Amino acid sequence: MIVAARIFVIGGVTSFRGLWYWLTPWIYVPTMLIAPIFQILLFAYIGRSAGLESDKFYLIGNALQYASIPCLFAMAQMIGGERYQNTLSAILVSPAPRIPLFFGRSLPVVLNGAFVAAFSLCVGALILNVHLPASSFAPLALVILVAAFSCTGLGLVNAAASLRIRENAVLSNVIFGFLLIFTGANVPLDDLPDWMSTAAQGMPFTHAIEAARLLADGASLADVRGLIGAELLVGAIYGIAGYALLRWFEILSRRNASLERS
Amino acid sequence: MSSLRFVIVSWKLQFKMIMRSPFDGFGNVLYPLFFATTAFLVFRAGTSPRTLIYASLGAAVMGMWSSVSTSAGSAMQRERWWGTLELLVAAPRHFSLIMFPATLGLATVGIYNLVATLLWGHFVFGIPLIVEHPLLFGLSVVGTVLAFGGLGLLFAVSFVRFRAAWVLGNFFEYPVWLICGFLVPLALLPAWVRPFSWVLAPTWGMNAIRESALGGSPLADLLVCLGLGAAYVAFGVLVTDRVLRDARARGSLSLT
Repeated sequence: MIVAARIFVIGGVTSFRGLWYWLTPWIYVPTMLIAPIFQILLFAYIGRSAGLESDKFYLIGNALQYASIPCLFAMAQMIGGERYQNTLSAILVSPAPRIPLFFGRSLPVVLNGAFVAAFSLCVGALILNVHLPASSFAPLALVILVAAFSCTGLGLVNAAASLRIRENAVLSNVIFGFLLIFTGANVPLDDLPDWMSTAAQGMPFTHAIEAARLLADGASLADVRGLIGAELLVGAIYGIAGYALLRWFEILSRRNASLERS
Repeated sequence: MSSLRFVIVSWKLQFKMIMRSPFDGFGNVLYPLFFATTAFLVFRAGTSPRTLIYASLGAAVMGMWSSVSTSAGSAMQRERWWGTLELLVAAPRHFSLIMFPATLGLATVGIYNLVATLLWGHFVFGIPLIVEHPLLFGLSVVGTVLAFGGLGLLFAVSFVRFRAAWVLGNFFEYPVWLICGFLVPLALLPAWVRPFSWVLAPTWGMNAIRESALGGSPLADLLVCLGLGAAYVAFGVLVTDRVLRDARARGSLSLT
């Protein structure tokens, strides 16, 4: 139990620092802190141009949805980075239990994703002069954390795919694109075709964005607990599926000697 | 004449390499389509009199810009990673003449991007493919590609002292989408933003493409776009000389 906890916490933090050694402020600030602000502004102005929704709508949608960048890319890097540094086989040959090994690496990713989304929301609100009630701050923080957890679950699936796919950056961008369209970040679910809004129910962010919008409009945490629960469920399902896929692809990689394929 | 031949041959080589890159040849084409789709859905659901044709043309040029901005910034960096930068710098040709075909190749992928977005809008969203002045439209696209290539060159040589050049390239994707009037009329933006829009060739290239497609007069916009493109190339040449002189003096050409 103690070993598992050590692998989960210390292994996770060490791995995050090791794999993201190149993530200096010169890279972190433009990609994680400034780019989401421009995404928020872009869609807020597109919304004004198209006469669709308010700035608040786009602020919340895009601030939360942008958490997918750190969550998806970091999880893909969990495999791709190890492979690049020739440490993947050493990790997978170790007897370390896989659940703390993989999920421990997810924890810093969740926290970083939540920070990026929270920062974007705060700065975006200041720039667009969007008022968020003070009573919504703590519930919004919880919703953001849950959204980051949910997307990191999907990121685990993405990480598993990286065991079989070389171009995990392209794959991460593609998943980001689907989340941009489907989750209601920019287009109200009612205005999407039925099949898209139905598919959105099984994607990260959909319920979190809806919950965050309700909170920003004055709803209480109790009012959105169903949405938060749904978001947690979506994240948990992706997390379990991602873990199962990782194990399966790990076995396939051993069988086909394709672990170091890059 | 031999310089022109050099640019054409290098451009063909670079273009072939780009089209075989999963990131530049596939990812950079697919990625803007997601934004285009989102924009189409927003405009379709909105109440603005601006039509989907307006959005379609804007989204198409967004894709063109993406091809350049995300990869041109690191064009020189890539040569450094491949270990070919020193060889290229030592070559008898001026270095900017060597880099220009690389960024021009990226801008050329933008034509594929433009066509893909227009066809996507047509077949999926039923947006009519209207081009009132086909010849002027073609000239506007080519002029915009050349100007984008020039801006890409300026990016490539300006960012070479930064280890994280690729980040700066990515960084300029959203701002240019926002302030160059692709999907948002400049009139909606704060007044202080407009001077920045005016010095960016994508603003004028977008106007020229939209005017020629919708039946306006694109020539003035096209001329400004080309003029700015030429200015970027000239400035890029000056920056190249400065950067290479510094890199030689400091021994930092192989900075990694």
